[in-house]
Amino acid sequence: MLATDDLRLKTIQLRRLTLQSIMTAGAGHTGGSLSCLDILAVLYNRVLNVSPQRPDDPGRDRYVQSKGHSVEALYAVLAERGFFPAAELETLCRYQSPFVGHPTRKIPGIEMNTGALGHGLPICVGMALAGKLDDAPWRVFTLLGDGELAEGSNWEAAMSAAHHRLDNLTAILDHNTLQITGPTRDVCSNEPVDDKFRAFGWHVETVDGHDLDVLEKVLSAANPAGKPKLVIANTTKGRGVSFMEGVLKWHHGVPSDEEFAAAMAEFDAAEATLRGADQ
Amino acid sequence: MSAPAPSMFSPAAIEMIQQLGLKQGRANLEEFATALEELAAADRDVVAVTSDSRGSGKLGPFGQRFPDQLIEVGIAEQNLVGVTAGLAACGKKSFGVSPACFLTIRSLEQIKNDICYSNVPATVVGISAGVSYGALGSTHHSLHDLAALRAINNMAIVAPADNFETREAVRAAAAADRPVYLRFGKAKMYDLHDADASFEIGKATVLREGNDVALLGTGETVVHCLLAAAKLAESGLNCRVLSVPTVKPLDEDAILAAGRACRAIVTAEEHSVHGGLGEAVAAVLMQAGVFVPLTIRGIPDEDTVTGAQADIFRHYGLTMEGLVEAATLQLQKLC
Ligand SMILES: Cc1ncc(C[n+]2csc(CCOP(=O)(O)OP(=O)(O)O)c2C)c(N)n1
Ligand SMILES: [Mg+2]
Repeated sequence: MLATDDLRLKTIQLRRLTLQSIMTAGAGHTGGSLSCLDILAVLYNRVLNVSPQRPDDPGRDRYVQSKGHSVEALYAVLAERGFFPAAELETLCRYQSPFVGHPTRKIPGIEMNTGALGHGLPICVGMALAGKLDDAPWRVFTLLGDGELAEGSNWEAAMSAAHHRLDNLTAILDHNTLQITGPTRDVCSNEPVDDKFRAFGWHVETVDGHDLDVLEKVLSAANPAGKPKLVIANTTKGRGVSFMEGVLKWHHGVPSDEEFAAAMAEFDAAEATLRGADQ
Repeated sequence: MSAPAPSMFSPAAIEMIQQLGLKQGRANLEEFATALEELAAADRDVVAVTSDSRGSGKLGPFGQRFPDQLIEVGIAEQNLVGVTAGLAACGKKSFGVSPACFLTIRSLEQIKNDICYSNVPATVVGISAGVSYGALGSTHHSLHDLAALRAINNMAIVAPADNFETREAVRAAAAADRPVYLRFGKAKMYDLHDADASFEIGKATVLREGNDVALLGTGETVVHCLLAAAKLAESGLNCRVLSVPTVKPLDEDAILAAGRACRAIVTAEEHSVHGGLGEAVAAVLMQAGVFVPLTIRGIPDEDTVTGAQADIFRHYGLTMEGLVEAATLQLQKLC
């Protein structure tokens, strides 16, 4: 079996865990969690220098999830990496649970409290500057939503990142082309995103956000000297569950028992296919 | 299977609701959307501005019916407030609608300068206010908005307690020649007013007469004040209940009357204990020389407990039981 197939299998399990926690909580941001899950799986399993044993290691890479609402995918990936037991996710959104519906630093492995959109990139500019000040080799990553890009703070941060030549900073755009109200192009178009960031002085690459190999390559590669990097990851909202893919209502839709069973069956089938192809 | 959502109303509270004959209306959010649609139908100058928030604001049908009267700015609350101000400056009756948490803190400078300092008659509508988005965490709570906006001159602040107050507040805001902030949640509300009730920005309503303890609430806490008063009546206490939808300008007469007539005061708000209704009431009373024991119930200055809105209300004593306890403790201290 290819190393990537291993990770591919893992992403199926992570999708199960993501949906399971949303079901138990009766709430969650399903579509955006599934669209960024492959990106997170690659980051935490192949790219980021982070350790569940030493989550506070000063030399670790930093990841800040700016699109904090997709926390269920992040919880699943962190649990699978051993930052905390997956069983703890059963308390998601419950009274006095540390697992709320957006990332908080109460959870091992989470760097910053996010959830209000448009905060991750400025924070990461600060982190990247701190790394530069210390001459440290660690890198800084953030994940942005495409609807999120309407927040002006992103553009202020984009300008300062280029100005400060932050080549230790990588922003990943979960380019699933949908937000809550509709397609981002109809709500408040940000296209062409690549040209905009290039004009701001960034190095920009566009990739298939569900291709694990390509993601690993583009995220592991060092930035061109003196340039922050934007990876536009073309993704599908609700990826992995046929009836959720590209369907608006799954932004924060919670599956019924039947829909949940159907999704699980799709995951099982995907796993069987993957294992079968391997024999 | 998901567990059922927790309720703010204990079995005893539900019994009291039945005894009082309170009828459940709909969410203030829905009442707001209907009221705005009615206004927009009659007046082409009524314009809503949304920031990927029309679904949360129940304005989907509004947008379909009046596509020219709904302006979408994307996820950009600062822009939303600036745009709302600009529309108002050019004669539109503009309503900027966005979750209270983002609207009133991210865009605070736009509210302060573009709306209040320039003093244009714009309305900003903070939806899913307080801890309506309970389990989404503190990024999504607005426990600061009353405090922040109270400190900005020209702004009127209205947090309606039921569908009647909501409907009237929306109409009053459209007619007002000043900046208005409306704030409400997304839970279904009980009807608290009689058919002949009246509403005016700046006026409180006495929902129940009494001279032992006065319970003053705003927005979603008022029903719990009413239930607590009814519960206290079982122990022979006559408690006054005031719905104080307008947190600014405050109805000083109603507050002073309550302070002079009652032995103690309990205020209840879905807001930080700092800078909201309770402190505003205390300031009115003390500066008038009315020194009556007072308890401010709200969200304390700590990391807010996690959980649903109902969990948070219960945890901090904002439900019937909690307010009964607050009133009882005050009276015990007096003995
Ligand atoms: C400042 C701010 N405004 C509004 C919201 C509410 N909100 C949560 S998710 C979302 C849509 C996000 O769309 P996008 O960035 O495209 O994310 P994705 O499609 O990946 O879920 C909105 C408006 C928020 N969390 N923060
Ligand atoms: Mg999107």
